[in-house]
Amino acid sequence: MAENKKMTLNNLPEEELFFGHKACPGCGGSLTLRLVMKVLGPNTFVVVPANCMSAVSFYYPAMNFGCNALASAFPCTAATMSGIEAAARAKKLEDYTVVGFAGDGGTADIGLQALSGAIDRNDRIIYICYDNEAYMNTGVQESGLTPFGAKTTTSPAGKVQHGKLTHKKNLFDIITAHGIPYAATASVGYPQDLINKVAKAKACQGTSFLHIMAPCPTGWSVPIDSTVSVAKEAVECGLWYLAEYENGEYKLNKDPKEFTPVGDYIRKQGRFKHLNEDEIREIERQRDATWVRIHEKW
Amino acid sequence: MNRPSTVRYQYPKALSEIPLPIAQAGVLIDINSGFRTSRPVFDHEKCVGCMSCYAVCPEGTIYRGESGLQVDYDFCKGCGICAKECRFKAISMVPEEGENE
Ligand SMILES: Cc1ncc(C[n+]2csc(CCOP(=O)(O)OP(=O)(O)O)c2C)c(N)n1
Ligand code: SF4
Ligand SMILES: [Mg+2]
Repeated sequence: MAENKKMTLNNLPEEELFFGHKACPGCGGSLTLRLVMKVLGPNTFVVVPANCMSAVSFYYPAMNFGCNALASAFPCTAATMSGIEAAARAKKLEDYTVVGFAGDGGTADIGLQALSGAIDRNDRIIYICYDNEAYMNTGVQESGLTPFGAKTTTSPAGKVQHGKLTHKKNLFDIITAHGIPYAATASVGYPQDLINKVAKAKACQGTSFLHIMAPCPTGWSVPIDSTVSVAKEAVECGLWYLAEYENGEYKLNKDPKEFTPVGDYIRKQGRFKHLNEDEIREIERQRDATWVRIHEKW
Repeated sequence: MNRPSTVRYQYPKALSEIPLPIAQAGVLIDINSGFRTSRPVFDHEKCVGCMSCYAVCPEGTIYRGESGLQVDYDFCKGCGICAKECRFKAISMVPEEGENE
């Protein structure tokens, strides 16, 4: 894989390719798109399925992407990208990138089939899942990537039920099980790491996939200035990990020797307000099991 | 500055004036500052130019100006991530006075 000239926060291109959008103040999803577009540059074809990011940037007749961009139907981000990639090849275009920005619902639930097909064909596309851990655009419903215990409108917190009953799907493993050329997890809490991974994906000759943690102040009930700090805390307490999968090998980009208490992370967020100590211990148990598996397998 | 400029939208008076349902890249029809309850203000003495604020701004409204980093207040929504993430405490959030637009 060809190494790009190293991009850092100081030499990022000044051009804003995702600008003037109507996302909520402090939206982690919009920060993800802005940073990714800076690395990919203007010669990019963008696909955004139904989700917050298309709702806030394709409000006719405005268009907040500074390049070609298309709003696709909800389940077919990857299929739409494959079509664009095939057309670009047929037209003998050179020096272009095809990228898609799907939410957690649009990736782990409704978009999974098209994504799996694209990885199988090894189409040269970059699939980005910005994970805000629920269906935010339609008013916070539970998705396969909503974590255990989180309150959403379809996993309410009351006497009978305490938020989501099941665990967050292990999307990274589902993707790497395809034997994809390049896959990584990232977080808006670690912008330099995120930029490095986007640059690798851009250089990749086959399908690449990035799973990016992008907190949503509106859906998580956290202050609007804490998007980045809460994303960092998720990594520090071990509930999110920064990893890569390349040429069949796993790599941890950050391996915390000690985790900060899960309770500190949980207690700051309104969506977990109802959880009791036992439930927080259950989250801790799941976290530890994940890390045992990571250390054994990777 | 390297950002698209705003073109105020003229509401069509006839069917023929309605733009095609394909939007042109980077077309902005209005500004965003109605979102804001407080604004980031830089202390240029404290700022060391590390660009951390620029990297974490979801709006892309921080840019290098002649006298240090500047904010495009037409598009800043006042989330305050920049102020919170600045390790040198060079940005303070100042409450907006009066009614917003
Ligand atoms: C086939 C179909 N089903 C449902 C919808 C309604 N819908 C639009 S956006 C959305 C939520 C998307 O959630 P996610 O992918 O997590 O992105 P987010 O809004 O959280 O950014 C839903 C359910 C739709 N547009 N199309
Ligand atoms: S609801 Fe959440 S994800 Fe959607 S625009 Fe607002 S902050 Fe962003
Ligand atoms: Mg979502």
